Amino acid sequence: MSSTEAPEVRPIRIVDAPLAPPSANLGLLSVFRKRYLLKLLVRREIQARYAGSVMGLFWSYINPLTQFFIYWFVMGHIMGAHKNVENYPVHVFSGMIVVHFFTETFGAGTRSIVRNKSLVNRLALPREMFPVSAMLVSLYHVLPATLILVIAALATGWVPDFGTLFGILLGLGIIMVLGTALALMFSVANVFWRDFGSAVGIMTMFVRFGVPMIYSYAQIDQKFGTLAHYYLLNPIAHAVLLFQRAFWFRTLPDRDTAMKVDFPAHLWLDGIGVLLCSIVVLAIAQVLFNKFENRIPERL
Amino acid sequence: MTESIRVEHVTKDFTLRYHRTFKQMTVAMMKGHDVSDTFTAVDDVSFTVEQGEAIGLMGLNGSGKSTLLKMINGVMRPDKGEVLTRGRIAGLIATGAGFHPQLTGRENIYLNAAVMGLSQRETDKIFDDIVEFADIGRFLDTPVSTYSSGMNSRLGFSVAVHIDSDIFLADEVLAVGDKPFKRKCLAKMEEIRKSGRTIFYVSHAAGSVKRMCDRVLVLEKGKLAFDGDVDAGIKYLKYGGDDEPDQLDELDQDDSDLGAEI
Repeated sequence: MSSTEAPEVRPIRIVDAPLAPPSANLGLLSVFRKRYLLKLLVRREIQARYAGSVMGLFWSYINPLTQFFIYWFVMGHIMGAHKNVENYPVHVFSGMIVVHFFTETFGAGTRSIVRNKSLVNRLALPREMFPVSAMLVSLYHVLPATLILVIAALATGWVPDFGTLFGILLGLGIIMVLGTALALMFSVANVFWRDFGSAVGIMTMFVRFGVPMIYSYAQIDQKFGTLAHYYLLNPIAHAVLLFQRAFWFRTLPDRDTAMKVDFPAHLWLDGIGVLLCSIVVLAIAQVLFNKFENRIPERL
Repeated sequence: MTESIRVEHVTKDFTLRYHRTFKQMTVAMMKGHDVSDTFTAVDDVSFTVEQGEAIGLMGLNGSGKSTLLKMINGVMRPDKGEVLTRGRIAGLIATGAGFHPQLTGRENIYLNAAVMGLSQRETDKIFDDIVEFADIGRFLDTPVSTYSSGMNSRLGFSVAVHIDSDIFLADEVLAVGDKPFKRKCLAKMEEIRKSGRTIFYVSHAAGSVKRMCDRVLVLEKGKLAFDGDVDAGIKYLKYGGDDEPDQLDELDQDDSDLGAEI
């Protein structure tokens, strides 16, 4: 009854592949090799977020709009920020897009591996996939908010220039790289101790108030003088300033004075420097991720 | 023949943590208790599998079968030693594939196939076969979380068998399904075996191992205790136990019933 009695003839299957370890170990590189899988994961994440909601993607317009009106009304009108900062709504909003992009990447990225337990435990896919897709989902949500910003900026006399394009790209680039780096590190840490997920909430609060969004850089410069250099050590503040250079700055009537008081002296150079530093942080994050990744399945 | 799987001196340890919170850990440390301990799930296991061989991996619960399978599949990496495989691997790990509960069956099929390296076009080609074999009807477009456990494992098995892999891993695939589905699975496994794919089958059911496999590996507390002929392997497993033969015979009976009808 069994095959042991009469060895049947089976076709020989020729496998045109080398003997290799079954688990991919190229880190972020293997994520970009499997772009189709990444696309599916990103699409799934976006669908899952609006699953069972009638308004669907419309919520991604409502959220930033509501925040925008709260800052504009409470900070602008009640606290009187309109007097200190010209075209305050656009100032707030260009900062808010960057801050939101960062906090969403950081928060969702940190939870990404724990949330995808069922996949992580059973399928051999590069685990960097999850933090990276969290970042891309957040990037996707930058689009509707930017659309609102463009409309608001055009209504207040926005004239885009080459600096606008450069500012947007550099600002987003910094957050993409830095956000992915932090998401990588914290997603693993969150597997071992869920405390990290809670800590992220507190850190994002610092980010919200540690960038020139609800106040202007000029105010920091006036109050702290040379100490403002330390304020600029915050990489997210740079991304915010770059976005403001792209949008808010180009709506102002007197740009020469604005460039002097509202922005640091070497905006572009600093920005490129921050991007390079973020890439270094990303490399460190990848090394740490590789180190602890092996223990993920047993701790989930 | 070419080597399909090579496992060399593979060891996998798990860390057992007795205390989760900081407070518990400090109290335990002050009392001089162990805060953590290691447990060796797979202990210095070595073997090679040729392309086209059908291996039955047997052993009692907790002997490290699933851990070994996870290392061959690439979900886990060994702490010591090396696992090498050749070609595409498909299969089921611990009944029920890695499905995302919020996604529909359709989306999960695409996702699962993409993980195993299939492109969208390749998945389109086998999509209808997968759905037909899984027989989930109009549940195809509802979230997997609404599936019964049988439907879940049927869909998982269906995706795994329809992907043209070089190595097929199966962990207790037949444990969940009902008889008609078991029969379908066995027929499909037979087909896979005849196509020259390497099969790595984890099971307690001696009957199906006997029918399907040419070689048996037995794990005992993480160590490779037996490697060789199927009948001898099954005999090895039945050592000493007075209460077990009855049950095993019953399973044998069950399986050979199925075998007879195929």
